[in-house]
Amino acid sequence: MFPASRYSIQAQRCIRALKTVQAEHAPPQHYTWRRNCSSAVMPRITSHYTIFPRDKDPRWEGVEMERFADEADVVIVGGGPAGLSAAIRLKQLAKEQEKELRVCLVEKASQIGAHTLSGACLEPSALNELFPDWKERGAPLNTPVTEDLFSILTEKYRIPVPMLPGLPMNNHGNYIVRLGHFVHWLGEQAEELGVEIYPGYAAAEVLFHEDGSVKGIATNDVGIAKDGSPKDVFERGMELHAKVTLFGEGCHGHLAKQLYRQFNLRENCEPQTYAIGLKELWVIDEKKWRPGRVEHSVGWPLNRNTYGGSFLYHLNEGEPLVALGFVVGLDYTNPYLSPFREFQRWKHHPFVAKTLEGGDRIAYGARALNEGGYQCLPKVTFPGGMLIGCSPGFMNVPKIKGTHTAMKSGMLAAEAIFPKVTAEDPASETAGLHIPEYEDNLKKSWIWKELYAVRNIRPSFHNYFGLYGGMVYTGVFYWILRGKEPWTLKHAGLDSAQLKPAKECTPIEYPKPDGKLSFDLLSSVALSGTNHEGDQPPHLTLKDDSIPVANNLAIYDGPEQRFCPAGVYEYVPLETGEGMRLQINAQNCVHCKTCDIKDPSQNINWVVPEGSGGPAYNGL
Amino acid sequence: MSRVLVGVKRVIDYAVKIRVKPDHSGVVTDGVKHSMNPFCEIAVEEAVKLKEKKFIKEVVAVSCGPTQVTETIRTALAMGCDRGIHVEVSGKDYEAMGPLQIAKIFAALAKKEEASLVILGKQAIDDDCNQTGQMTAALLDWPQGTFASEVTIDGEKVKVVREIDGGLETIKISMPAVLTADLRLNTPRYATLPNIMKAKKKKIANMKPADLGVDMVSRVEVLRVDEPPTRLAGVKVETVDDLVAKLKANGTI
Repeated sequence: MFPASRYSIQAQRCIRALKTVQAEHAPPQHYTWRRNCSSAVMPRITSHYTIFPRDKDPRWEGVEMERFADEADVVIVGGGPAGLSAAIRLKQLAKEQEKELRVCLVEKASQIGAHTLSGACLEPSALNELFPDWKERGAPLNTPVTEDLFSILTEKYRIPVPMLPGLPMNNHGNYIVRLGHFVHWLGEQAEELGVEIYPGYAAAEVLFHEDGSVKGIATNDVGIAKDGSPKDVFERGMELHAKVTLFGEGCHGHLAKQLYRQFNLRENCEPQTYAIGLKELWVIDEKKWRPGRVEHSVGWPLNRNTYGGSFLYHLNEGEPLVALGFVVGLDYTNPYLSPFREFQRWKHHPFVAKTLEGGDRIAYGARALNEGGYQCLPKVTFPGGMLIGCSPGFMNVPKIKGTHTAMKSGMLAAEAIFPKVTAEDPASETAGLHIPEYEDNLKKSWIWKELYAVRNIRPSFHNYFGLYGGMVYTGVFYWILRGKEPWTLKHAGLDSAQLKPAKECTPIEYPKPDGKLSFDLLSSVALSGTNHEGDQPPHLTLKDDSIPVANNLAIYDGPEQRFCPAGVYEYVPLETGEGMRLQINAQNCVHCKTCDIKDPSQNINWVVPEGSGGPAYNGL
Repeated sequence: MSRVLVGVKRVIDYAVKIRVKPDHSGVVTDGVKHSMNPFCEIAVEEAVKLKEKKFIKEVVAVSCGPTQVTETIRTALAMGCDRGIHVEVSGKDYEAMGPLQIAKIFAALAKKEEASLVILGKQAIDDDCNQTGQMTAALLDWPQGTFASEVTIDGEKVKVVREIDGGLETIKISMPAVLTADLRLNTPRYATLPNIMKAKKKKIANMKPADLGVDMVSRVEVLRVDEPPTRLAGVKVETVDDLVAKLKANGTI
């Protein structure tokens, strides 16, 4: 059609580009065919009572729905670093001032630490404030950082980048920890101080007073069958009422999502932006083990416009253990991208493979993390409650650390609450206490200064040069000017709105897993120890069951089958007739929350399943 | 009237991937998710059901092991048991502990507590021994109803429907007796939060095997623990002749 020899070089390039675009663009009738078939009879997917209320459901007529209720002074949702630090601080203040305080903490995992996942290089600043004697108490901070490497990877080579002091990622003075073990230790300290900790019970519902303030929470009901009907063993959850309720559900909490809407907490901030982090633990050959070594990389296998990178930490806990993982920003645009497969592919890079060769993988997990920082901080107090930790999102993104700020936010919350909750007359306008002092304390603390200084680094990646533009920006404005520039850059908007339609993008050819360095998804999920009671409504609820095939599959080629790190979403052929349907394997879920974040139709609403379901991480 | 002893064992959760210790002396248990043995849950549920039907007056949950087993006893208390007994066994004794030692402990406790029934799970999912119930009955010289899928109390006798290889066998045994629970006996109830809170007030008595006159010496020594060999990929053959040739080549025929 285009006799190439007759055109200039530029014209030839243009013609080649046009040909590629034509080849990728599927013929229109393909989509019409799919749209017709999605009106075929689809088996119902969602049966959860949050979508189909039980008061209108005839199967629930006459079932006793009364709940047992109990009162505490403070109820904390979530047994992570923030929740536990808040509980500990409250009890420490109670002990100092000789006052009585009932603090109850509910956690959906079967034991404290089982749903905790992080790199992690812990900056001990908050821990030093909480427990100055942490070493004597046996906190599992066994690996001080000794070496800090940063690389830009290309497909075969590695470009080392000097880790100068003052750069956000410099880890001098920090400890490599297994955060699950650290959180477990925090739980033990909390119990010793008298905090009532209830693992295995998920907070499923926020309770409100008549005046609209938060009254407390209700734990999950048990014994509902997969089709939404009551089983013989059905029992209602329990209500825990409190003067103040702290919500520390971690990144993208499901109750927090509800609270943002209820109290309009996000009207003056940008929508939160996220990344997904996947992690494995490996026992490696002793000869390759360098305890205390921290390695980070950017570049291959991601292209310069997809934010992400890797970490590899050598732990010092007896056996030659390394914690490694990969983070991919969820503002990626190509729906064919699979964060799990990028992670598996990265391990084959010569620089990484040489550490892992001859080793054994012993653990796997994944979790979403915050990338928004300062620009995305919502209002954190409301009548009857407050948000702490990664739930509002205090992670320092370029430092890749959020544990110290989460802990500090929990401690500040406790310090603001304590005088109010132990006062004879709380002098509150609402039945649930509103304590705006927490937000004031946050703004005066080092958390705020830290987050303000690094606020422009992540958004600086949104430029033509992507990663490299961002690195140059960091070098100039952070390393030299310490974040004092007078402007604040914006993020790109909602992560779920960033995907381009599948027809505009190229599918990515991922290598097959070799079973030695890289692995398939299902064997990885098995290593996470995740499980749920099978006979319960899927907790990945869809507002509209027909949208996945009509929208996600038709326009974006079903990105949820690729971004879910646990294989929950599968498009399978219909048993009768033509077309596909979405199958949700809820039992595999590792509670990472990526689907709720990245679903381009924002049709998936993750709600909490029966307590004690989910992954069984051990020191991840 | 009657008192029932229920045995509960704390085992590694069934969904967790087991890892052999680097020194091959056992499996890694530190920090790993543990829960009540599923057959023990069924045993507890049966005991609590019998109490609700007023056949028995008191259910006592018993577990042997280090301090962590008290969590398992609390779960049993939250499911409806009245009180608990924690027989403290730790360290080398705990690692070497097997069905014979447990059976001796249960036999001693059954006599001490004047129990009319001892209900256990048929086997534990970590060692799959399926011996404790039978050994306990033998030491006490009591009748046993093992692999129970249905239990009915009829005056001083117990009718037990047992799941056996050939089908179902119904037997009638006199009390006191030992029963072991099989999968289809019942569906255990959930230990809900209000019950966990109430369970904190229920008593758990502490004792040592020596207090019961039981010696924990094991006559079994574990030499080595290994992972099962990795299953090799199969080979597909096109015809029967190919199959015969391959079987001959590898020496099977």
